[in-house]
Amino acid sequence: MGGNNRSIEQVFYIKAGDFASAGEASSQIKKTLKQLGVDSGVVRRATIAAYEAEMNLIIHSIGGELKLKVTPETIIITAEDKGPGIPDIDLAMQEGYSTAPEIARELGFGAGMGLPNIKRNADRLNIQSKVGEGTLVEIYFDIKAR
Amino acid sequence: MKEYYHSVTLRKDKCRGCTNCIKRCPTEAIRVRDGKARIIAERCIDCGECIRVCPYHAKVAVTDSLSSIEKFRYRIALPAPTLYGQFKNVDDIKVILAGLKKLGFDYVYEVARGADYVTAFVREALKDPNRKRPLISSACPAIVRLIQVRFPELIDNIVDVDSPMEIAAQLARTEFCEKHGVKPQEVGVFFITPCAAKMTSIRNPVGRKESSVDGAISIQEIYGPLYNQMNNLKEEDVVQMASPFGVGWANSGGACLSLGIDSYLAVDGIQNVIRVLEEIEDEKLTDLEYFEGLACPGGCVGGPLTVENGFVAKNRIRKLSEKAKGNPVSEKELQEVAQKIQWRLDEKIPPKPVMKLDDDIVEAMRKMEMIEEIYNSLPGLDCGSCGSPSCRTLAEDIVRGFASELDCVFKLREKVKQLAQEMIELSEKIPGGKKENERQE
Repeated sequence: MGGNNRSIEQVFYIKAGDFASAGEASSQIKKTLKQLGVDSGVVRRATIAAYEAEMNLIIHSIGGELKLKVTPETIIITAEDKGPGIPDIDLAMQEGYSTAPEIARELGFGAGMGLPNIKRNADRLNIQSKVGEGTLVEIYFDIKAR
Repeated sequence: MKEYYHSVTLRKDKCRGCTNCIKRCPTEAIRVRDGKARIIAERCIDCGECIRVCPYHAKVAVTDSLSSIEKFRYRIALPAPTLYGQFKNVDDIKVILAGLKKLGFDYVYEVARGADYVTAFVREALKDPNRKRPLISSACPAIVRLIQVRFPELIDNIVDVDSPMEIAAQLARTEFCEKHGVKPQEVGVFFITPCAAKMTSIRNPVGRKESSVDGAISIQEIYGPLYNQMNNLKEEDVVQMASPFGVGWANSGGACLSLGIDSYLAVDGIQNVIRVLEEIEDEKLTDLEYFEGLACPGGCVGGPLTVENGFVAKNRIRKLSEKAKGNPVSEKELQEVAQKIQWRLDEKIPPKPVMKLDDDIVEAMRKMEMIEEIYNSLPGLDCGSCGSPSCRTLAEDIVRGFASELDCVFKLREKVKQLAQEMIELSEKIPGGKKENERQE
């Protein structure tokens, strides 16, 4: 029945600056992955990355989508927004580099660990960004056979 | 059979099938079916939350009766420090210990002293930089089981030092047998418990093969008889050995306080503990050295098998602990104890991921799709009238095959309405009207 073509998709709409709901999408993602019986270490890494991606959407973007896609082999977490875009991705990937606005820093965010933390936890990572158009972050995790 | 022994059980005759317990269970382990609650054995962690919230006292903890000590020739009582906080006008712990001896115990060993040793062992463990941080206290059996069920990724964070009860039990038995030259099996060791989960961990321990404790008597059961004994006391030869810190373990934060470290977090109340464990799992609390999570509000003083209001008891414990006479454990003493008993949790703690939908991920995905579809058709009120704690759990139960869509009262109403409509339509189609139709069929 469907076999390997089967997949689960969940989409969360993230509003810019919505710190009150911060973490809700990633905790739902965690719950879903646990229910699917994904290895707990993979769940942990995916949740951490999803949380960072969610926070990035809240802090840096004008709002966007956090998407979870699970196939029997792979977890893909996608964060997609319509702007403002990252001028220099290499710089953004450096630990401690941050362009977080004052309001985020006041709340204790903006330590410049978001993208590095995603990279550290992901099995593969793809970032595309164009200033003025938006950013696409795709985070891949391999589901190990038990 | 042994796998799912539980202290927490249902008294069916008292259950009215209300929704109090299903709503509060932290592992979604209770359902109401056919008007009565049912506990799903593999999910229950014996936290006792349902005992606390049931207005009809239909949830009970099975513990041993006071008379069960008579099965043994020699008897040892292990009072949990929580016991000290139950009595008015007691300003010396010795009175309680002496009262226990008068009740028929040959020897009384304070679990609070066991706690002193646990503190010393944990302090050693904290010196090892290779261990996962934060180390998580193993003292609350409900929390250890909660981690097995909901946070398997944190199992390796649980400190491999056994609980004060197990350490006290071994020391008590060894000391008693040495002193009186009796065989260990002639001695019954009984824990005086505020807690249902401790009973379960005696019958079905996690992290060790067998418990060193023979039984557990609830504080509620022993309170009356003990109180009477305490009223007519003469001098008894008891020694109060626990330190102020050991006694303080009854209160939330007591274990952390005794460690003398800076970066610790103590949380009580199982829902609060869950919130913090989520954060630990997500690596949001990276600077934390030690975490003490206790399932009951206020710590063990808030246990479901206690008599006194937990907050009152907490205050009494605070005062009594200041007067406790025991010394902290010296390094030499700790080494001696380490030789004498099995203080380490040496069995692997297995994960019990009961929340997962299926062992096979493709099958789990199929089920999740079905759950999503059913969930979207439900009203989303989470009223609990169906007997499942929420609309989502009802959807899960339907897919797992334990419930049907018509358990939902709103769905049922819809269906009845629809059937009624169909009947009207049908009756109108019959030539000759209703009466003739009734005779035919």
